Amino acid sequence: MNDMSRVERQVDTKEIKLECRDCQVYYGDNHAIKDVNVDIEDKTVTAFIGPSGCGKSTFLRCLNRMNDTIDIARVEGSFKLDGEDIYDKRVDPVQLRAKVGMVFQKPNPFPKSIYDNVAYGPRIHGLAKNKAELDEIVEKSLRRGAIWEEVKDRLHAPGTGLSGGQQQRLCIARAVATEPEVLLMDEPCSALDPIATAQVEELIDDLRSRYSVVIVTHSMQQAARVSQKTAFFHLGNLVEFGETGQIFTNPEDPRTESYITGRIG
Amino acid sequence: MTDASMQNPKTGGHGVSLTAADARTRKRANAEKRFRAYGIAAIATGLFFLIVLFASILSQGIPAFTRTVISVEFTLSPAERDEAESTLFKTKAYSDLFIRSLNNELAENGIKVDFDEAAIERLLGKVGGTIRTFYSENPDKLGEPIEFDLAASSRVDGYFKGRVSRDTIQDSRFLQKSDLDLVDVLEEAGIIKQVFNWPFITGADSGVDNPGGAGIGASVVGSFFMMLVVLGLSLPIGVAASIYLEEFAPQNRFTDLIEVNISNLAAVPSIVFGILGLAVFIQFMHLPQSAPLVGGLVLTLMTLPTIIISTRASLKAVPPSIRDAALGVGASKMQAVFHHVLPLAAPGILTGTIIGLAQALGETAPLLLIGMVGFVARGYPDGFLAGFTEPNSAMPAQIYTWAARADVGFYEKAWGGIIILLIFLLSMNIIAIILRRRFERRW
Repeated sequence: MNDMSRVERQVDTKEIKLECRDCQVYYGDNHAIKDVNVDIEDKTVTAFIGPSGCGKSTFLRCLNRMNDTIDIARVEGSFKLDGEDIYDKRVDPVQLRAKVGMVFQKPNPFPKSIYDNVAYGPRIHGLAKNKAELDEIVEKSLRRGAIWEEVKDRLHAPGTGLSGGQQQRLCIARAVATEPEVLLMDEPCSALDPIATAQVEELIDDLRSRYSVVIVTHSMQQAARVSQKTAFFHLGNLVEFGETGQIFTNPEDPRTESYITGRIG
Repeated sequence: MTDASMQNPKTGGHGVSLTAADARTRKRANAEKRFRAYGIAAIATGLFFLIVLFASILSQGIPAFTRTVISVEFTLSPAERDEAESTLFKTKAYSDLFIRSLNNELAENGIKVDFDEAAIERLLGKVGGTIRTFYSENPDKLGEPIEFDLAASSRVDGYFKGRVSRDTIQDSRFLQKSDLDLVDVLEEAGIIKQVFNWPFITGADSGVDNPGGAGIGASVVGSFFMMLVVLGLSLPIGVAASIYLEEFAPQNRFTDLIEVNISNLAAVPSIVFGILGLAVFIQFMHLPQSAPLVGGLVLTLMTLPTIIISTRASLKAVPPSIRDAALGVGASKMQAVFHHVLPLAAPGILTGTIIGLAQALGETAPLLLIGMVGFVARGYPDGFLAGFTEPNSAMPAQIYTWAARADVGFYEKAWGGIIILLIFLLSMNIIAIILRRRFERRW
């Protein structure tokens, strides 16, 4: 874990993209997230790690209000994207989700063509005036998803016919097609083989130049490889949040140390 | 392995041959064999009853698709017509002319047989009227030879189909033993014969004394209009209700109550819907009695729960990851449902709807109460809109009516009607299967 390259990988910007203060999430009577304070920085990969059921996915879903779709979920606290409260009554979650894109654990392309998968977001948000512009957006997004070379000759083949790793990169391309500012990834590699995982991780590192990326992962190696900041969640609490190198080499909290050395979790 | 099992080779363990099954294994193998035998027996029983059912329907119903006709070539000159029209008993005059040409035809074939007008009437009913009607409707056919296919009476038809025989017949004003000799002679001459019964498929119902002329066509039209009403109302209402309940409605006591009641409605006997339809649509709203519109409304009430339940099941079967994906790129809830969830659920919805329609098509009990049973549909509705509001019958109601009539000729029609109904149901189910295959998509 004491890979020297990580120490060199300094965080370029300190500009805060998403500021979360005193965040609480309740599922019915269950207090799932307790007093979480996190600052997600721009053009940075932030990793959420922690044992299963610790609330990291729940917290991630708060950041683009996906928890709104769950009837019993209740979110409290302040979530500010560029200084604007995303839980403000005037905020339409639909608009928010165009700005804060999401990639899910299991690759979930629509059962449509590759082209339509990517074009869907721009279409519903009216980002393209005509077919040529839409074609351009689709190509650009597929290139950013690092899948253009593989699919450029079969854009009208079904997206569900791709391999698992390709499907996940297609989903990433679909998420970046709406020009988001933040990209949330909920265990994006857990359903992929090591080669596809390596491709997606490389892609995540590329995406950092444009977006603020938040990734939930079970793999500590992955967190160490791709992220600059790491947050460790345990039983709904944010135990420790800091530079990735710091967390993995010299954790402050004994629980973090136990987890990364494999004693709990 | 304990020492005990080592000493007892029967229970298996080390040192026991694999080729010789021990007692326990044999017992399990036997239990499995027995279970398979039960399964095969159950299926065989089911198949046996199915075959008996089909055999009896086909053997009883097939005769309804043939009819006995007496075909006679007949020429009427304008002079003969004027003469007949000038007599007092006009149809009698036509009848005489007909007997004359029948005699001529027999003479051409070299057959000599005696018969009188009464015998012809027993065989054919009143021919004069039929002929007169034909010429008054088609005056341009005067002077040309016309091949008349005149329907034989129900008992003559029965004689051909084995319903009536010389041993069982009793002389009556309907048919006498001597008439059967005449029938045999006419059959030899090729004048009386059996043909495919198109009027049964295309025609309308007849009076209680004329089973030969009864057809199911008008009631097929009645059923068709009812199904239009059912499809037009229950599909949009059912799908909209299911989408709302499944995707938008909050989970609370009120929606739970609605859910329980929909399930209960699906189990309510259809006659209850019939009485509801009678009270609401006919007595309160004063919609026309016996109309396919009312029948369709009642059957809509009956079909809605089926459609809602199957639609909700197919919406539930769409993986939530598709909804997440759509919401994740910023689709609104409605866009997620209409762009992604509904197309994926469509095959299931279609299948459920067609099964619901097929159920409604075969339903008789609610029609009893709104007057679609017992109504004699003597003709087709004139025009499309009239099809909804003019009194008509429906296929199952027509079958029920025929089965309830005294004349055995109608019994055969009822079985024939069942065959037609089953053909419709079967084709609807086949359409459901084809649609499902066609629209099914992987995700």
